[in-house]
Amino acid sequence: MIPDSQIEDVVVQMLRNAVTKLPHDVEDALVRAHATETDEVPRTQLKTILDNIAMAEDAVTPICQDTGVQIFFVKQGAVGTGDLVEAIGRGVARATGEVPLRPNTVHPMTRANHKDNRGVRMPYINIEPSAEPYLELTVMPKGAGSENMSQMAMLTPSQGIKGIKQFALDTLVRAGGKPCPPIIIGMGIGGSADISIHIAKEALLRPLGEHHPDPDIAALEKELYEALNEIGIGPMGLGGKTTLLGLAIEYAHCHTASLPVAINIQCWAARRCTARIHPDGRVEYPTHPGGA
Amino acid sequence: MAEHHLTLPLDEATVRGLGLGDTVYINGTFVTARDEAHIHALEKAEKGEPLPFDLDGAAVFHCGPIMRDLGDGRWEIVAAGPTTSSRMNNLEPQFLRTFNARAIIGKGGMSRPTVDTMQEVGAVYLAITGGAAVVAARGVSEVKGVHWLEMGMPEAMWVLEGDDFGPMTVAIDAHGNSLFEAIDADVERNLPSIKQKLGLD
Repeated sequence: MIPDSQIEDVVVQMLRNAVTKLPHDVEDALVRAHATETDEVPRTQLKTILDNIAMAEDAVTPICQDTGVQIFFVKQGAVGTGDLVEAIGRGVARATGEVPLRPNTVHPMTRANHKDNRGVRMPYINIEPSAEPYLELTVMPKGAGSENMSQMAMLTPSQGIKGIKQFALDTLVRAGGKPCPPIIIGMGIGGSADISIHIAKEALLRPLGEHHPDPDIAALEKELYEALNEIGIGPMGLGGKTTLLGLAIEYAHCHTASLPVAINIQCWAARRCTARIHPDGRVEYPTHPGGA
Repeated sequence: MAEHHLTLPLDEATVRGLGLGDTVYINGTFVTARDEAHIHALEKAEKGEPLPFDLDGAAVFHCGPIMRDLGDGRWEIVAAGPTTSSRMNNLEPQFLRTFNARAIIGKGGMSRPTVDTMQEVGAVYLAITGGAAVVAARGVSEVKGVHWLEMGMPEAMWVLEGDDFGPMTVAIDAHGNSLFEAIDADVERNLPSIKQKLGLD
């Protein structure tokens, strides 16, 4: 059995990795964006972003002050665990002091700050079974600037693919410069209201440059990415050629009378870290092979 | 486009002299304020109570920083990028008129009522790169204090000493112009060809 204390320690390390160093696919996309821009304003924005990434990594300090709320995706392989939810919560509370993270969780109505990034249903933990011989934890620290621009719609089936495309375009225009572009768009199509939002967020876990295995969905990803990137919002909404770093779609079958569609927006600081804990105690961090 | 290294507090003539797109760095004492601090400050003004920090000529930073508590009331700044300014859209016109602040620092821009108020009172909006929290923190030489910490670390009013804090871009000037509105117009112009590519309309 993997001891709770190890899970807690790994969660602290995952959060340190996630908030201080971006995965390579994200940093590479930002470098390409900087090379693509020709005007002074977007070049300055992207240069500041790249400088900031280097400084944060060097000082092992958070890239952005909004270290988000902590969303976990757990794949429970064929290994035993104890009180997994409590261990993850303790890791988040410790990381808040040690990394440090900004204490972001508040009561939704009184707005009282919980001070350790825990609280009712926080950190939020999605658990699914897996056939792998290890426990896999992924954390996505999700900032509010981009999350606040998320949208969900219950389209009618007759609105179809055109309705989905129009919804994506409308959501992007409405978000403008507010979610800290260049952004990544995660789209969830189908399922039910809650499923569409859930899989839109899951789509954001896919590394940039990878497409959906279904060639029709992959083609829609490319079509939307290329067309939407001509919008002109640009880095930080100050204009430019790069508004999107990527666009990923997940889908689920849905009721014959429904067409749910959801968009979850991710800012350029697309932070995520995955850890695999093996039964013999070994830990790998596939998103951060060199450590934080 | 010009580059300015300004010292706080700011006077009206200095602010009116800043052009859209100019680069600005600030030196001297400034404060953070987000949703809760805006609301709290306006409530105090309504009751006729003084603020703990004089905002006349001040720069107000839309920011909820990460601070490390060093004990004895001392704090170290860790990360301090801007938050989304549009959340303060419905508060800023009254805030600017009430307290006479001369610069709002943030990201993503603000709506027409704030642009109009900035023209009326003589104030500017300075855009600083969102998410670039380490670059921004390097421009702060000292955390001079904190007010209203009971509202939580992000929502408290932090008093910061700027040492060439920037670079920032004048994105709303004191003459009714907004860079963000110019970009909105570009977006409108780009929409028809995007719709055509996607087979819409």
